Amino acid sequence: METIFSLLAISLGAILSNNFIFSQFLGICPFLGVSKKVDTAVGMGIAVTFVMGLASAITWLVNTFILVKFDLMYMQTVAFILVIASLVQFIEMFLQKSMPTLYTALGVYLPLITTNCAVLGVALLNIQNNYNFIESVVYGITGGLGFLLAIVLFASIRERLVFADYPKCWDGFPIALVTAGLMALAFMGFSGLQVW
Amino acid sequence: MLNVIYALLVLGILGALFGLVLSVASKIFEVKKDPREEAILSHLAGANCGGCGFPGCGGCAAAILAGTAPVTACAPAGPENAAAIAKIMGQEAPTGERQVAFVRCNGGERAGHKFERYVGIEDCVAAMKVAGNGTLDCSFGCLGRGTCVKVCKFDAIHINAHGVAEVDREKCTCCMQCAAACPRHVIVSMPYAVDVVLPCANHEKGASAKAHCAVSCIGCKLCERNCPAGAITVNNNVARIDYDKCTSCGTCVAKCPRKLIVDIHADGKVAPVVADK
Repeated sequence: METIFSLLAISLGAILSNNFIFSQFLGICPFLGVSKKVDTAVGMGIAVTFVMGLASAITWLVNTFILVKFDLMYMQTVAFILVIASLVQFIEMFLQKSMPTLYTALGVYLPLITTNCAVLGVALLNIQNNYNFIESVVYGITGGLGFLLAIVLFASIRERLVFADYPKCWDGFPIALVTAGLMALAFMGFSGLQVW
Repeated sequence: MLNVIYALLVLGILGALFGLVLSVASKIFEVKKDPREEAILSHLAGANCGGCGFPGCGGCAAAILAGTAPVTACAPAGPENAAAIAKIMGQEAPTGERQVAFVRCNGGERAGHKFERYVGIEDCVAAMKVAGNGTLDCSFGCLGRGTCVKVCKFDAIHINAHGVAEVDREKCTCCMQCAAACPRHVIVSMPYAVDVVLPCANHEKGASAKAHCAVSCIGCKLCERNCPAGAITVNNNVARIDYDKCTSCGTCVAKCPRKLIVDIHADGKVAPVVADK
């Protein structure tokens, strides 16, 4: 029972109060780059969720069974980047062969995830928070879901922004950044969330 | 010192391991690609305009290769590239003349606006939604709020001095994205090599067409009756030219009582000058 509660607390934290984008400011690049349309935002969000879950599992294994054993904790960043890059490459090849429809739907966003700092962030945070294997995977997947929530909400606002009447000099990223800032303020409201 | 060696070894082995897995995976999950697809892609316009109806130029190349799209599917690429693609596909080079988009309206300010000032969103779709069928007096013509200008990837359509969208026939590649975006559906495609155009789409009967716009077609059929080639037909009170039959003789230009039919090469402009309404 206790484990379930702690997992639930981790999930709620990752999705709402400690949202990767709005309170930790990780993964801002795809958040701004791929949020012009809701369709592509959903695709990107799902791909990131998938990779974050898998990456947390594998980086946890690499850390526990290799880095800690050889007392090489200072190599975490380098080793994790290696793991994530190979993982994304592997997933890309696997999808292209076995699920070509999903592969074409995700398109260029799949390789872009390699450089998404939220993925490296989740791997490092797992170690920092001393999570065990299950907790790491849950944190990875729910962190990805938080990213999905953020990017879909943001994309739907940006779709409406196209028709909004704001000064010309605000066009493009300025208005997007202001919107993101306001959304981050709104998500700050979740930081007071106390469950148990 | 031992630490450094450990670090080198661990990272080296990890890297080699992942490299090995990836190279094995690339063999297992190898997807054979037809080299022709790349060749076809290099002959497409590369603007990802979506005019062909496929998702991006890559989708169009795949469809041409699969035979579900004709070799001429990419209008912006032009006839030379279509011929090159036909060669790759082992077909005869297609014949067919260049097409361009054309705005079937020349009203704008000459049609008059219902309101002193429109303060809504600067977009034809929004202007269309104003009560009473849009902001323009004429319920068929170009609203001139530039929805087509925004979608054009080739900078080939602009709002002219009269407040009507006008196609730059040199830049236009006939991708027809403007036609898809236009809420009034006044943009059509026509051959590039024409001389005579009829920019009006007003289906109203003579008197009301006249009341709503100074340069409207009133459906008087003078052009239809006088055309020696029989290329003009009046249907639903608006004349249309059949460019398969038109010989560019210019009879209709002289006969049109509204001075609506014009020779685009006469003064280099589509817009006829009408002094008073």
